[in-house]
Amino acid sequence: MDDNLIIGGKSLSSRLFIGTGKYSTDAMIPEMITKSGSQVITVALRRVDFNATTGNVMDHIPPDMQLLPNTSGARTAEEAIRIARLAQASGCGNWIKIEVISDNKYLLPDGYETIKATEVLAAEGFVVLPYISPDLMVAKKLVQVGAAAVMPLGAPIGTNRGLKTKELLKILIEEIGVPIIVDAGIGKPSDACEAMEMGAAACLLNTAIASANHPGLMAEAFGMAVVAGRKAYLAGLGGSFQYAKASSPLTGFLNE
Amino acid sequence: MQVILNSKAEIVEKEMNVVDFLLLKGLNLETVIVEYNEKIIKKDAWLSVMLQNNDRLEVLKFVGGG
Repeated sequence: MDDNLIIGGKSLSSRLFIGTGKYSTDAMIPEMITKSGSQVITVALRRVDFNATTGNVMDHIPPDMQLLPNTSGARTAEEAIRIARLAQASGCGNWIKIEVISDNKYLLPDGYETIKATEVLAAEGFVVLPYISPDLMVAKKLVQVGAAAVMPLGAPIGTNRGLKTKELLKILIEEIGVPIIVDAGIGKPSDACEAMEMGAAACLLNTAIASANHPGLMAEAFGMAVVAGRKAYLAGLGGSFQYAKASSPLTGFLNE
Repeated sequence: MQVILNSKAEIVEKEMNVVDFLLLKGLNLETVIVEYNEKIIKKDAWLSVMLQNNDRLEVLKFVGGG
């Protein structure tokens, strides 16, 4: 059965998006891509440090991957728009993860600025994937202004705390007509699996893989968890009940 | 003359275009993105942009991120 995720006209067989941050060396990235099966990968844009001889992360990303540059570092819509245009000028395509953050403690996104940036960039033809707190009204407005998907957080970035926003995520999945991609906070494969069981279209994660003792093995585990969760969602979960319901027949016992 | 490169003043001894300048700074041209006086200039235009006194250049590249 073809169950591909379509975003911005692109058909994706993998519903796991991964990041490229926090690895001890960028040379680990190809293994993460292979093991996770991911087809979408995030990168950030930063000033060149003329005093450092660092490598180039792009050397480690195969050309068939869909790049998803983020606007991290932006504190306003204007800054996010500027970063998005710079990323596009590099020739890496027109996908952009809008990330507008001015809260340094919890790194929670600014919904108002995110909507403004999304409106401008979607009108310019970008495939815009905004990172938000799971707020229904913000998500609705993002759809109105042209977001290709909406990416609510499960928990603050880099915390590995899991789906702390579960009830709100469920509402977004139910009410929003574009793919909901759970981004940030996913710590365990079981978190990703649960998000997919709930009907999330995909999961985006970075820290949970990069901070594992064996990142390659964890990438594989997340790939399997997302597939399992998606299959469970498509299969339709059975109901849950307070009292026991015997699975074996309640007749024909030996002592009857 | 001087140019402002990533917010720092740099002395440029002679006339040169953006490509010459980036090469002088030891950059791999394939990997960088350039903003010139707050306007993005695409790679095919770098050769034709001659640096002027007090030009502002932002030179960026992709790095790992989530």
